[in-house]
Amino acid sequence: MNEKIEIRWHGRGGQGAKTAALLLADVAFKIGKQVQGFPEYGPERMGAPITAYNRISDEVIRVHSNIYHPDYVVVVDETLLHTVDVTRGLNPAGAIIVNTAKSPEEIAPQVAPYNGKIVTIDARKISEEALGKYFPNSPMLAAVVAVTGIMPREVFLKEMLTSYEHKFAKKPEVIEGNMKALEMTFDAVENK
Amino acid sequence: MAIRERMSGNEAVSYAIKQINPDVMPAFPITPSTEIPQMVSNYIANGEIDTEFIPVESEHSSMSAAIGAEAAGARSLTATSSAGLAFMWEELLLAASNRMPVALALVNRTLSGPLNINCDHTDGMGARDTGWIQIYAENNQEAYDNFIQAYPIAEHPEVRLPIMICQDGFITSHAVENILLLEDEPVKEFVGEYQPEEFLLNPGKPVAVGPYAVSNFVMEARKNQLIALENSKQVILDVAKKFAQISGREYGLFEEYRTEDADYIMVIMGSAAGTAKEAVDQMRGEGHKVGVLKIRVFRPFPAEEIAEALKNAKAVAIMDRAESYNGNGGVLGGEITSGLFKKKYMVDCVNYIYGLGGRDFTVTNTMEIFHQLSDMVENGTEVEQYQYVGIRN
Repeated sequence: MNEKIEIRWHGRGGQGAKTAALLLADVAFKIGKQVQGFPEYGPERMGAPITAYNRISDEVIRVHSNIYHPDYVVVVDETLLHTVDVTRGLNPAGAIIVNTAKSPEEIAPQVAPYNGKIVTIDARKISEEALGKYFPNSPMLAAVVAVTGIMPREVFLKEMLTSYEHKFAKKPEVIEGNMKALEMTFDAVENK
Repeated sequence: MAIRERMSGNEAVSYAIKQINPDVMPAFPITPSTEIPQMVSNYIANGEIDTEFIPVESEHSSMSAAIGAEAAGARSLTATSSAGLAFMWEELLLAASNRMPVALALVNRTLSGPLNINCDHTDGMGARDTGWIQIYAENNQEAYDNFIQAYPIAEHPEVRLPIMICQDGFITSHAVENILLLEDEPVKEFVGEYQPEEFLLNPGKPVAVGPYAVSNFVMEARKNQLIALENSKQVILDVAKKFAQISGREYGLFEEYRTEDADYIMVIMGSAAGTAKEAVDQMRGEGHKVGVLKIRVFRPFPAEEIAEALKNAKAVAIMDRAESYNGNGGVLGGEITSGLFKKKYMVDCVNYIYGLGGRDFTVTNTMEIFHQLSDMVENGTEVEQYQYVGIRN
């Protein structure tokens, strides 16, 4: 991976983009990285567009500003493609990862003139199949790890299992579904 | 052994509180500091500490209760932000003048209006004349380290003053970053047990707290309070030296980053200092002699020491994250130039207001400011001496 990766998340309040950014910081920390995961708060209400950020590096991170030239952009809610300039400043050598049932070719006109890599992931389908409910967090997190290559699949899955076992200590029944969602996402990204 | 962790600034301060296990914490929630009483309440509910948590109906009450607990001889603390601090204003003065070493975790946030929940230093600057010690942090690590040093400073017999440990709302309070934690035992040993000399629940030595003073005594009381604040400067340095022995991390009244031969220095406080340092490294790489002076201790204000540190610069950018409505600059702008003037150091200073209500401050902003300073000095370009960074017309 690069010396430093910067990621910008776009979601809507309540969808867990902030939580996903914090989980990514968490899992990157566990493999020894220097990390930052932070939200940008606008009006705090369900459904409002929100932004969250990650910096992941081998060196100490001192900058405390938002990210204007991300290497990767993650769009948790595709309706934001119409209202937010999600590709603004995006590194053409990076990628935009969109939660949608559509193909990258169908998304391309919506993010033009950005002409870098587009990865689409149907987090709803994966989540509903794996968990029986729609929680886009786990699939989007796995998609980011798969696309950026921050860490190998097996390392990621092992760390996430530990995290889930801790996080869901009181409802272990959801651990298997979440792990399945991560695996399905990796399969989907790797087969593209 | 240091513990490698990752946590937000609020988590870091809460963890320090857990390790210290103070006696009493009255608190009322307000964004972005709410997580601190919330997390401490969890520690208490889980039986990890035996701090007495008092849910109160306002910040006026939380500071009153903290003062009451201190007067009774208990180590107390609270946490707040913004309007919460403003609502404590009367009690802030009471805590300081009654020489109560209360600790306050301040998570800096602007005040209305317009109504906004994000960071600037309006709250802390508003409390600048209340007699509290104020220490600011660049990141979660410093917020944690400063909180561990809070009681040894505040409770020192030569000081006995309340202390605010400040960090930037959301920018550090809600950002998860790497941190090195100390183990519980060295922290407990470092902070020690609170042994107040005088307190209300001491039947052997009855005292009055907060009595009326006739005009003949008020000035002496105030002067003694000032002496205590001045004493705290050396105590802060001594405590920092002891802290370095257990942590390996060194702190002073301020941090000088690549200033030794700098032509242009930016003076800044809080989380934006890290951003400024990044800009300094990039500009140094291009041959620009620039540096950053990060203020850690705002009260007592190290005016003379800062003046000495700035005297050889060609120009200085003084960064204020609060407006002070004197029409002549921000708080730091006024206090630093006053310090330079008293030492008869005539250094060009430009005062910048930045980051109000959470307005982002970037590496690019920093570079533009340094270029403006050099343009002013080297090309004689006229520069507005008191200006807002990134303001839209």
